[in-house]
Amino acid sequence: MLAYTLRRTLWAIPTILAVITACYLLLHLTPGGPFDTEKHLSDATLANLNARYHLDEPLWKQYLHYLWALLHGDLGLSFRYTDWSVTDLVLKALPVSLGVGGVSVPIAVVIGVTLGTIAAVRRDSVIDHAVMVLGNIGNVVPPFVLGPLLVWVFAILLKTADGHGWLPAGGWGEGEWRYRVLPIALLTIINVALIARVMRGSMIEVLSGNFIRTARAKGLPARTIVLRHAMKPALMPVVSLLGSVCISSITAAVVTESVFALPGIGQLVVNGAINRDYTLVLGLVVLTTAVAVLFNLLVDLAYAWLDPRIRY
Amino acid sequence: MPPVSLTVVDAPPSRSPLATAARRFVRNRAAFVALLLLVVIMLACFVGPLLSSNNAIDSDWSAISLAPTFDNMHWFGTDELGRDLLVRTLVGGRVSLEVGLLGTLVSGLIGVAWGATAGYLGGRVDAVMMRIVDMMYAIPYMLIAILMMTLFGRAFYLVVLTISAFSWLDMARVVRGQTLSLRSREFIDAAKAIGVDSRSIITRHIVPNLIGVVVVYATVTVPGIVLTESVLSFLGLGVQEPMTSWGVLIQDGAQKLESTPWLLLCPALMLCATLYAVSFVGDGLRDALDPKDR
Repeated sequence: MLAYTLRRTLWAIPTILAVITACYLLLHLTPGGPFDTEKHLSDATLANLNARYHLDEPLWKQYLHYLWALLHGDLGLSFRYTDWSVTDLVLKALPVSLGVGGVSVPIAVVIGVTLGTIAAVRRDSVIDHAVMVLGNIGNVVPPFVLGPLLVWVFAILLKTADGHGWLPAGGWGEGEWRYRVLPIALLTIINVALIARVMRGSMIEVLSGNFIRTARAKGLPARTIVLRHAMKPALMPVVSLLGSVCISSITAAVVTESVFALPGIGQLVVNGAINRDYTLVLGLVVLTTAVAVLFNLLVDLAYAWLDPRIRY
Repeated sequence: MPPVSLTVVDAPPSRSPLATAARRFVRNRAAFVALLLLVVIMLACFVGPLLSSNNAIDSDWSAISLAPTFDNMHWFGTDELGRDLLVRTLVGGRVSLEVGLLGTLVSGLIGVAWGATAGYLGGRVDAVMMRIVDMMYAIPYMLIAILMMTLFGRAFYLVVLTISAFSWLDMARVVRGQTLSLRSREFIDAAKAIGVDSRSIITRHIVPNLIGVVVVYATVTVPGIVLTESVLSFLGLGVQEPMTSWGVLIQDGAQKLESTPWLLLCPALMLCATLYAVSFVGDGLRDALDPKDR
């Protein structure tokens, strides 16, 4: 187990490094610099700017410089937001993204596992059909359609007595709960659709196993069989799904934050891309890749630890 | 000795695997309906705009922000510039479908080449190639796509290339698995025995035997690619004016929900219908071609 942990951890490093290197090269191979604006800058100013951002050094030196700074948690300076470092921008946006995504994932896991289990135990019941329909909706209605639909219904069509929508259509409102309901609901629906379907499938498979038949034969109540015996093995595919759920929450944040105008990490990426703020986008790509690789690593380790049949 | 009368029992007609698959596909009602829907949508997108009296660019100043109506063929209504939404949706659909099909083609080619090479050569080459696939799986590719759009602008072929560059991973895995099992078959041994080189074995013997799996997986890839293009366009990073795509239209509609909700609802309906159709056709094909499930 220790050897396996070490090996997996060591493999994560080249992945992250490869992404950083590839993105860094891409960024510097593109024609044009960050200071090619319509306003003509004097040569002296340009030289000063280039020196300030180390753009006058050879590429390999810049690259090593970047890596060294990265190791110290310094993602460089933003090219567009003057006086802001990328790290500061990220730290400012992070609570917003966590306050939405971080809340929605646990809720989605609880609801999804519950619904999936009920659907598997009571095949062809209302809940079973609801889970299947929800799964198909998750496949067919993408978040950037579902989000505006939620806004349309809950912020525009449904009005309170004083003529305002039930919920705000967007914005962050300093983290007030009213503003968070719709984005959290959107992320939760997407994730529940996925988790419930996987849970249903795996629970059905586990329930047809020999050890469940034995448990039935010795007269255990159905409740004990499902909760005590079937739940643990049936949860395994959900655990392996968690990595991709967490990662897709980062990606989904890009869409959610754009739909609901939330000042989070996703919004930062999109704005950085539109403003061609190279260091900002590069920093965010590096960060999310690192987080994604870390999540995958944790899920793999949790999987090996939970499933006694897996021995490396 | 009385003559033995032989009654000829009608033997079931033997069918080719392809015919069996076709029969099974047609019998799968959801998949068949989805296929019809897909054909209708594709015809509408590629032929429809030619038949309408409106076009995607010209404004009709007498019909600004018109709700869906049967007058003047404004079936989906018009936007705030008086442009007909039906034609714009269909023309946008062309872009989305073209990206979907081209992207599937490119990513399919990469996936097949990668998977077949790794699976056939095996050993250390295989280990390294599949490790690269594993590594790419761990990358949140939407962000890389955003980075690429930032760097290289938003030309149509770049959108396709960027999306394809990260969509071949599943194909490579599946093809590798199939190749591994094909590799140990007799006809490959025979080819080796008469001195065919590795490259010809891969292109002439392995790849043709992979067609079934590849077709199924390609169909499964299409909705993902259409979706990625739509997300990029939705974020304002996909194709640009005067070109339009479903993502662009949906983004535009989402901004004007309060006054003109049809600008969101109509393109969204088309996108969802397409995603539904493609994913059910894919499921149907997979079931029909699965030899384990007769």
